[in-house]
Amino acid sequence: MPLVKNGKITADAFVCVADDAPIPADGAILISAARFLDDPEALSRRGGPTGVIWPNNRDVDDLVPYLDRLAVVALVFPTFRDGRAYSQARLLRERYAYRGEMRATGQVLRDQFVFMLRAGFDAFEVKKASDAEAFASTSKRYSVFYQPTGDGRITALHRRMQLRHSESASQ
Amino acid sequence: MYAYDELDRTLINERVSEFRDQVKRRLSGELTEDEFKMLRLQNGVYLQLHAYMLRVAIPYGTLSSKQLRRLAHVARRYDRGYGHFTTRQNIQFNWIKLAELPDALADLAEVGIHAMQTSGNNTRNVTSDQWAGVAPGEIEDPRIWSELLRQYTTLHPEFSFLPRKFKFAITASAHDRAAIKIHDIGLRLHRNADGETGFEVLVGGGLGRTPFIGKTIKPFVHGHDLLSYVEAILRVYNQYGRRDNIYKARIKILVHELGIEKFAKEVEEEWLQMRGSALAIDDSVIEDIRSRFAYPAYEKLPHMPDELKKAAHDPHFEAWRKNSVALHKVSGYAIVTLSLKPVGGPPGDATANQMDGLADLADKYSFGEIRVGHEQNLALPHVARRDLPALWRSLDKLGLATPNVNLVSDIIACPGLDYCSLANARSIPIAQELTRRFANHDTANLIGRLHINISGCINACGHHHVGHIGILGVEKNGEEFYQITIGGRADENAAVGTLIGPAVPYGEVADVVEDIVEAYLALRARPDELFVDTVKRLGVEPFRERVYATRQER
Repeated sequence: MPLVKNGKITADAFVCVADDAPIPADGAILISAARFLDDPEALSRRGGPTGVIWPNNRDVDDLVPYLDRLAVVALVFPTFRDGRAYSQARLLRERYAYRGEMRATGQVLRDQFVFMLRAGFDAFEVKKASDAEAFASTSKRYSVFYQPTGDGRITALHRRMQLRHSESASQ
Repeated sequence: MYAYDELDRTLINERVSEFRDQVKRRLSGELTEDEFKMLRLQNGVYLQLHAYMLRVAIPYGTLSSKQLRRLAHVARRYDRGYGHFTTRQNIQFNWIKLAELPDALADLAEVGIHAMQTSGNNTRNVTSDQWAGVAPGEIEDPRIWSELLRQYTTLHPEFSFLPRKFKFAITASAHDRAAIKIHDIGLRLHRNADGETGFEVLVGGGLGRTPFIGKTIKPFVHGHDLLSYVEAILRVYNQYGRRDNIYKARIKILVHELGIEKFAKEVEEEWLQMRGSALAIDDSVIEDIRSRFAYPAYEKLPHMPDELKKAAHDPHFEAWRKNSVALHKVSGYAIVTLSLKPVGGPPGDATANQMDGLADLADKYSFGEIRVGHEQNLALPHVARRDLPALWRSLDKLGLATPNVNLVSDIIACPGLDYCSLANARSIPIAQELTRRFANHDTANLIGRLHINISGCINACGHHHVGHIGILGVEKNGEEFYQITIGGRADENAAVGTLIGPAVPYGEVADVVEDIVEAYLALRARPDELFVDTVKRLGVEPFRERVYATRQER
């Protein structure tokens, strides 16, 4: 499954460690939420960066105390119809100011990219190679946005107000 | 009319080009039907019994004559020459080819019409009072807020994959014509003691398998806070709404299972954390939207012009005027409702020729504006009273002057088994038969206001729960049967109707309705006691007796 990061297909530096496998002392790993919460202090002291795979039915509040120690938060789309992780992503970015990598995993398809970018995702485990290759063009598909989110794109309402303002200033 | 600007137009065009790409990928096999299904639903495309169906949004029920002509063009060019107006201010085209859909949408986009989110598990078309901006006594034009919500809900990055569909309706009048109490979120515009404009917010209304009347979650939300409060509701729903069972996924079930107090508390907690966010609306934004709704330059005209006095001698005109013409906020003008319920016709259908003809009449008599109501009728919102007789004659030629607005043959019905892949039973032929039974105008007038709503399955697109008489098609051993409820209503006193007894077969529905109506005529306290009021006073028992006394129960 190709990983798209910073808009490009990238080799994934993180290794997914199963719950019953030993945790390596070094190297970048992704582990489950349950395992992470079992002993977050110990995991924070390991040599390599740690990321956590956070299920979409668990409150992100439980993760908040550890956000500054996490290299990756991977949120899950069990199917593309299940949109709970969009709310989790916005909360992590906008309310809890998480600045690390936020990765979309699961059934991630081309037609969700714009929504995901707007919700704060910056890494994508894309299901199909053709979708991953189309990332750059797909993510530029829209130039007008109606809602303010943490991605900083200016909304149509504000663009209009700016236009009005510059019109009245020039008169 | 709200005038789209370059930004609104750009977004619609970008959506069309995205959808064109999605259709292309489906046709090439790159997308599976399962993957494509969600994408097409998000753009109003259903796969029905015979063909693809395209549902096009008419936000808050407002259309320009130019837009109506374009709908006529789509009906003619891509469909079979007609369209079907629904109970949620949409129009459906039933025979569109998948490969031609992007072109049809591109044609519509040129006049600012789209099909975004008219189906799928997202926020649907925002509906409002079809008399918005012209009804006497209105607090203010609810379309300003509807448009604000339309923009806010369009392609929302967080709420485009909700547990289930989500519908908003807004009213600003004491008499609710937008059926806000049967919506996921209902908004009633009002002013608080300090004279500030805001909303009573209702949540968790809806029909379908488990009907609920919406409950007030907050009696007053200031207009400035509308979007943040709505976002708080949607966020709680997105996270906690059930996704394990499609029939329990609507917000009404979440509200019911948590209880309104607990749900309200969750929302309040969420809202308090984001109230001051970028979603707070300042007055300049409201003013900007308000400034893009143009109102006609009304003249000073008499309330009783000579033309009207003269026409009053024509009983046919008077019959039409009495139930189709309503008071306008500006003296000398009227709101005219156009029945799409001709005797023997399918409710809500209009032909391309009717649409074109009506667009011309709107230009001539209604400042180029047309409205669409949830009762599946149309309206001309700004008609000079002196023009009423001439308008009536022209409408009559178009077949749009059936004098039955709000009467027993003004039936709401879903497409039913004639078109819909979900239906258990036919709706349209039942409606057609009933319009024939009650074709006599004097009888219909004697009966008075009576709303019959028909759904061909439990999904309740025909709003049967809230019909004064509700008819629900079910399937029993491979045969079409119909459950009959009475006493429902969709207005400010919204209520779910009560079942009168066992379901009856297809062939008996019209007889049963006639029996109910006859029972009402015999039981009503006064000629002006409406059917629903008689049912409320007496309960269903006398009606049940009348219907089943002579029928063998099955």
